[in-house]
Amino acid sequence: MYDFDEFEPVLHRDSDSLYVINFWATWCKPCVKELAYFDQLETQFKGEKIKVILVSLDFEENIETQVKPFLLKKNIRSEVMVMDDANSTEWLEKVDPSWSGTIPATVIYSKKGRSFYEKEFTKEEINKLVRSHLNKL
Amino acid sequence: MKTLKFTLFLAVILFGAINFAFTAEGGYQVGDKVADFSLKNTDGNMYSLANIADQKGAIVVFTCNHCPYAKLYEQRIMDLNTKYAALGYPVIAINANDPVQEPEDSFEEMVKRSHQKGYEFPYLFDAAQDVYPVFGATRTPHSFVISKRGDDFYVEYIGAIDDNTKDGSKANNKYVEDAVDALLKGKKPEVSFTKAVGCGIKAKK
Repeated sequence: MYDFDEFEPVLHRDSDSLYVINFWATWCKPCVKELAYFDQLETQFKGEKIKVILVSLDFEENIETQVKPFLLKKNIRSEVMVMDDANSTEWLEKVDPSWSGTIPATVIYSKKGRSFYEKEFTKEEINKLVRSHLNKL
Repeated sequence: MKTLKFTLFLAVILFGAINFAFTAEGGYQVGDKVADFSLKNTDGNMYSLANIADQKGAIVVFTCNHCPYAKLYEQRIMDLNTKYAALGYPVIAINANDPVQEPEDSFEEMVKRSHQKGYEFPYLFDAAQDVYPVFGATRTPHSFVISKRGDDFYVEYIGAIDDNTKDGSKANNKYVEDAVDALLKGKKPEVSFTKAVGCGIKAKK
């Protein structure tokens, strides 16, 4: 469980890798649908410098009862963090000024640049997008 | 030369299209005049700004039945109406979700919900999905405080109801209440724009 200040460094890691940060929640249907596509990225691009972090915006009281059982059931292997911070106007802006607050939302960054997507992805779309970002590394 | 002219012509058209797209996507900014709309209420009647012509303003909330965030705020939306309708700022709730993607948000389910919960405010259905983009609503709940000046209504506040989704009593800032309280005193809201996490409004595919 993180508040935004604790979580923020994850958005600014200085390494040679490509970071794919997906914001989701168990209550968000489109997020749940695309979560597996994000989870397969590290396998899909095995041997390449990619790190996937799935940031759940579920409430703290639902971690044990909903988030953990969900991750087990879906066999999610990527790193998962749960973030809950009441000061949403401020932290949504810090993730990306254009973010209106809906999920799913995804940040993809590396030393070569940063992109923000407030949208739903298909498996093909995210694979293609990550490929193009990896090619720039 | 002909080609150049044609390219320029295309560029102008494209620029116009992009410009339009941005405006449409952006929706209202604080200070904008509210365009009239006509949407079906759960009582079967059409509802428009004419229905609040004798009010000081309104608290327009884009919400829905299915979204956990909207559910968490439901009682607070009802309480806002209880507190502020008498003071000239009634709640107007609008559901804009595509019921094909969220069957719980169909008009029939809206009618049921409003009866079950005893809504004392209109719960309108943006069936054609042409009102929520004008407001620039993206999520549920997403609130817009509007106030009347002359014959028109203007946007005074856009954003979250308060800053504690789970428990309104623990909120440090009750944005909508603060905005309406300020307007009732003849002042402008100190905070006129906030953001919050919410369920995305489901556009028709």
